[in-house]
Amino acid sequence: MSSSTHQTSTIGAVGAPSRRNTELALLVFAVVIPVFAYINVGLAIDGSIPAGLATYGLSLGAMAALGHLAVRKLAPYADPLLLPLATLLNGLGLVAIWRLDQSERLQARPNFVEAAPNQLLYSGLGIVLFAVVMFLLKDHRVLQRYTYISMLVALVLLLLPLVPGLGVNLFGAKIWIRVAGFTIQPAEFAKIVIAVFFAGYLMVKRDALALASRRFLGLYLPRGRDLGPILVVWAVSILILVFETDLGTSLLFFGMFVIMLYVATERTSWIVFGLLMSAAGAVTVATFESHVQQRVQAWLDPMREWELSRQGVVGHTEQSQEALWAFGSGGTLGSGWGQGHSDLIGFAANSDFILATFAEEIGLTGVMAILLLYVLIVQRGIRTALAARDPFGKLLAVGLSGAFALQVFVVAGGVMGLIPLTGMTLPFVAAGGSAVIANWALIGVLLRISDTARRPAPAPAPNPDAEMTQVVRP
Amino acid sequence: MNKPLRRIAIFCGLLMLALLLRDNWLQYAQADSLAKDSDNRRVRIERYSIPRGDIIVDGKAITGSKSTDGEFQYKRTWKNGPMWAPVTGYSSQAFDSNQLEKLEDGILTGNDDRLFFRNTLDMITGEERQGGNVVTTLSTAAQKAAWNGLKGKKGAAVALDPATGKILALVSAPSYDPSTFAGSTDDDAKAWNSLQKKNNEDDPMLNRALRQTYPPGSTFKVVTAAAALEEGLIDDIDASTDSPDPFPLPQSSSKLTNDHGVCENVSLREAMRISCNTVFGKISDELGNKTMIEHSDKFGFNEEVFTPVRADASIYPEDVPPQNAMAGIGQASNRATPLQMAMVAAAVANDGKLMKPYMVDQLRSANLDVIEETEPEELSQAVSPETAQKLQDMMETVVETGTGTTAKIPGVTVGGKTGTAQHGENNEKNPYAWFISYAKDSDGKSVAVAVVVEDGSAVRENISGGGLAAPIAKDIMKAALGK
Repeated sequence: MSSSTHQTSTIGAVGAPSRRNTELALLVFAVVIPVFAYINVGLAIDGSIPAGLATYGLSLGAMAALGHLAVRKLAPYADPLLLPLATLLNGLGLVAIWRLDQSERLQARPNFVEAAPNQLLYSGLGIVLFAVVMFLLKDHRVLQRYTYISMLVALVLLLLPLVPGLGVNLFGAKIWIRVAGFTIQPAEFAKIVIAVFFAGYLMVKRDALALASRRFLGLYLPRGRDLGPILVVWAVSILILVFETDLGTSLLFFGMFVIMLYVATERTSWIVFGLLMSAAGAVTVATFESHVQQRVQAWLDPMREWELSRQGVVGHTEQSQEALWAFGSGGTLGSGWGQGHSDLIGFAANSDFILATFAEEIGLTGVMAILLLYVLIVQRGIRTALAARDPFGKLLAVGLSGAFALQVFVVAGGVMGLIPLTGMTLPFVAAGGSAVIANWALIGVLLRISDTARRPAPAPAPNPDAEMTQVVRP
Repeated sequence: MNKPLRRIAIFCGLLMLALLLRDNWLQYAQADSLAKDSDNRRVRIERYSIPRGDIIVDGKAITGSKSTDGEFQYKRTWKNGPMWAPVTGYSSQAFDSNQLEKLEDGILTGNDDRLFFRNTLDMITGEERQGGNVVTTLSTAAQKAAWNGLKGKKGAAVALDPATGKILALVSAPSYDPSTFAGSTDDDAKAWNSLQKKNNEDDPMLNRALRQTYPPGSTFKVVTAAAALEEGLIDDIDASTDSPDPFPLPQSSSKLTNDHGVCENVSLREAMRISCNTVFGKISDELGNKTMIEHSDKFGFNEEVFTPVRADASIYPEDVPPQNAMAGIGQASNRATPLQMAMVAAAVANDGKLMKPYMVDQLRSANLDVIEETEPEELSQAVSPETAQKLQDMMETVVETGTGTTAKIPGVTVGGKTGTAQHGENNEKNPYAWFISYAKDSDGKSVAVAVVVEDGSAVRENISGGGLAAPIAKDIMKAALGK
């Protein structure tokens, strides 16, 4: 029997590799792949290498470099996969948006503006915000102090679009505000802030919520007064649904809360409650909200919806069926970059429906690859939650990752006709400034938590007792 | 907290798995049907992305393609569009396509599975995909003769090669020029709208040769005679039939009369020659509804024909005895397409054997490889050769000395039957003039024709199959035989 002393010491990655060089190598791919895609689009559409290649390539490279340096300097033990994954998705998204900018069909639409230059700018701002988060947030536990302020901020952000004069109703959903000429989607930022609030709140209340409960039918039922917070969150998401007609955001917040509640209390009953409440809420709202009903109708029979829209019936859209055709026409390998007709989707082709462009041009293989990139981001996020040493960090990480997963599911599922369409943007890929900036901040927070989690614990003080109780070796 | 975390990880994994499965369903399992959905605009973009293959008549293309602006790169053109439209159909960027243009779209666009090998080769060698050609059975001369004959009239004409079933002429008038709406501009839309039935009472886009059923009138007497001979009701076509004039319709107080001539107890040949209603009404009544349906079916009634362009089914329905007696002279609820009546004439001319009519001879790839060739196919033995001989005998008498003398062609054996079908309530509308016939020359070449002319501009008294339709049939037969 041979054992050595250092094996019995504290668990912890003493001298764990920082993996910064792995990250750098992956980042090279994350920049090179979109650059090739970009060239591909240019060759397919104009038969020449696009003139903007240098700008695009250098910008993406600079973003990656800035991100990498920020992590290397400020969070050296952070997860090495998240930054390259986000960069790759961001880069591919830019290619798809630029590709749709080249579409004559979309250019012929009224109000056409090129979206790619703005998206590039916002991506740059996003990576700057990412670095700023890294810099300002030295330890994520600081955020605990702002639990209730976060709640206030989140509520304000969510309700801003309802303020007269500030909120704008674009395309049937009131989720934008206009400030100094910019339209901002505050819900994207609220997503992060509210996760902070949930994490802080649940960390404090988890014992009460978990233990003070009655057993009924094999389920632990919470006490009436403990139901308060979940009811409030539920009510707010219903309000968002009714007044901002934003199904996606509503679903996202409630889902995130249920996930975090479940993790905090380890009580399955909360999931049952959550599902029952969201079902009840959805059915109730659907009975009097024509907007929701119409979405469900469109989901059940996209072809009829397409025909109604063709006949010029107001309130119907061709997009869902056009998206399905784009998917089908892409087939296994896709038409190739720049050679599809996903621009037939028309409005929102480069935002809500951008996945259809990938589907048609890089096919089933491409979409599966993209979905797997999201799987990796989510699983790295949850891995971070597992590794985190403090409950607040765990809750925050799982909340953000869970919300991210829900968002991807809701958007991609909606576009693919798996669930009713809700009108959200695919993280990092879809055109939309607020979304890309907020998602970079989200990755920043996750990286900060993972840096704290993976950072080697300070070397344990030599334990004199260990020596004293040493068994005599044979 | 790690146990629920792991479960959440699994849950998120399941969400993503659902997405992956759905994507496979859409882009693999359903991909083909979505990609080929006729409402999917890509189908049309693809269809017009290369010059379309051509439809060929007598070795010459009757179609073409020219490049256009916008999302579609090419559009279809036709040479002498109105004349050929009943054969080719249309192929429009904005309004889809029909007939041969639709049915053979795979060959014409070069996307047919049978062109896969060649397309793959082209892809490797870097050549552009090319559309194949559709070679038809039609004869330019016969088609022109039919088109010129029907100019300014409403009606249709069909010519068949009795021995093979090849369609030699297929004309519907008034017609339309598919070139006028082949594109996707406002002008195309305007042209399309002006041709729709609701905006144009002539309904020029109706293919009268295949899709319009008319009361066949006296031309149906050929079928009635065939039934009588086949059933043994009459053996000798020159023996006197026991037929009263007028013939009292069964279960009815009405009496069937004749328009002209002496018909009491005349022979079958004489009844055919001067088109006696009473004789054929009596035959149909004596054979009964079931037997009449049976023999009509042998000539192709009550069934759609795919040439491959679909032709409506001509009908001989179950009916009460008085109606059945009237149907024997083609003047009740039985109706026939011009193609159907041409099939009757063709079966008689081909010694009773009815060949399936077809208009596509070959499908060819762009490099002229034959991909598919249509073999003549026997549809049925409509009548025995002996009966066919007797029918020919009688129909030739009709042209020699009867109602159809206007179809006579010197040096060629011609048999025919006229028809003047009344229609409208109380027969107040102008009747349809019919003529069905066949011609055989000394080289053994033959042709069978059916011509119908709707009321036209003639005065009612002058409408008769012999006067209006037979001269057209004669010109078609001459053209088809190269005389």
